[in-house]
Amino acid sequence: MRTTGTVQKTETVPIQSSSDVVVVRQRVRAWTTDMKFSLVEQTKIITAASELGRNTLEHGGGGKMELSLVVNGARQGIQLCFSDQGPGIADIAQALKDGYSTGQGMGLGLSGSKRLMNEFEIDSKPGVGTSITAIRWK
Amino acid sequence: MSKLLSAIQQNREWVLQDWVQRLRQAVRRRDLISDRELESEASEIFSVIDSVPAGTTLEDFGSAGWQPLKEMLAALSISRATAGFTPSETAIFVLSLKPTLFALARQNWSKDANDLFVEVSVANDFVDKLALYTTDSYIHGRDQVIARQQEEMLELSTPVVTLWDGIVALPLIGTLDSARTQVVMESLLQAIVQTNSRFAIIDITGVPTVDTLVAQHLLKTITAARLMGAECIISGIRPQIAQTIVHLGINLEDVITKAKLSDAFRLALERSGRKVTRADKANGSVAAAPRGV
Repeated sequence: MRTTGTVQKTETVPIQSSSDVVVVRQRVRAWTTDMKFSLVEQTKIITAASELGRNTLEHGGGGKMELSLVVNGARQGIQLCFSDQGPGIADIAQALKDGYSTGQGMGLGLSGSKRLMNEFEIDSKPGVGTSITAIRWK
Repeated sequence: MSKLLSAIQQNREWVLQDWVQRLRQAVRRRDLISDRELESEASEIFSVIDSVPAGTTLEDFGSAGWQPLKEMLAALSISRATAGFTPSETAIFVLSLKPTLFALARQNWSKDANDLFVEVSVANDFVDKLALYTTDSYIHGRDQVIARQQEEMLELSTPVVTLWDGIVALPLIGTLDSARTQVVMESLLQAIVQTNSRFAIIDITGVPTVDTLVAQHLLKTITAARLMGAECIISGIRPQIAQTIVHLGINLEDVITKAKLSDAFRLALERSGRKVTRADKANGSVAAAPRGV
């Protein structure tokens, strides 16, 4: 992903079971509270993390989330990076369409979390894995 | 073959005393266990080591002769886990036997370095295996505690309350993962049948995050309730949840939603043809309850 700021501190959360998705939400909640995001922004970031974390688990077969504090000039932001070594996304444009799902879900997780965050980038190679980086600036 | 076991049996008094001595220094949890308990546990375990059937060796911890010792260690570490000891505090109990056995080997075989090395490594392996077994049992004990708590939580988390004749409410609290949602859905549908309710209010004030999976579970529950002839109202949608749902693109337009549980209750009363009125003060009666029309 293109560098949009300098990374200040990081934390990695493994995602191997559905209870890890709960941990993902809790860690993101703790980080956004520390960074003094407003309640609405906190809820948006946590919800996006929940969606992307569940995608990592269900479509990627497990992986990890890397939380970082990014600074770009006077702006501060939280960066969530989800990565897995799963089958990858064949058609990213199609995956980002509302209502498109390869699973049993509503097909809104990926497109919805893109709307909930400020920056959103998918890097996926079929057969190698997927990494999704999303940033929300304060 | 190692002669250490017979040396232990010959010097049982000294070995036990030395071990207890080291235990007193190593175990620093006087708040959880007294010196006397520690001593009696040590002597119980030691008597099991002392009285293993003939032919059992220290090298072969998997043999049947050590089964009583394993059972005793397992019981000990499970009780330690529930009492609040840490895993290392539990393991140190067994590990402090190591220096004692080393000292014993030194007393007996210090003349020949080769013999001494053999006996010391046997003692080392034996105590390590005891410690590993103890730690495994400790974790097993913890797992049991966690499994029990999870079951208790599943039971606690789904109280369906009757608000009025024909109106039930389900206050949801905490994370809605698939296992819990299944229980929630079943108990709500069950309650709808039992109470013959036409209205069900699902209150999500206590749900911290509503993502697409939670929304999907809610919509499925609502559809199922509708099939059974009950109408669902979702209440407790806080401003931040409302904004997030809009951004996610979840369509809740077919569902009746209210900001507060009281609003949902009022709507359910209205729809079932009831009205809440303040009692006339001139009559001197207390505020009257709503009455069915």
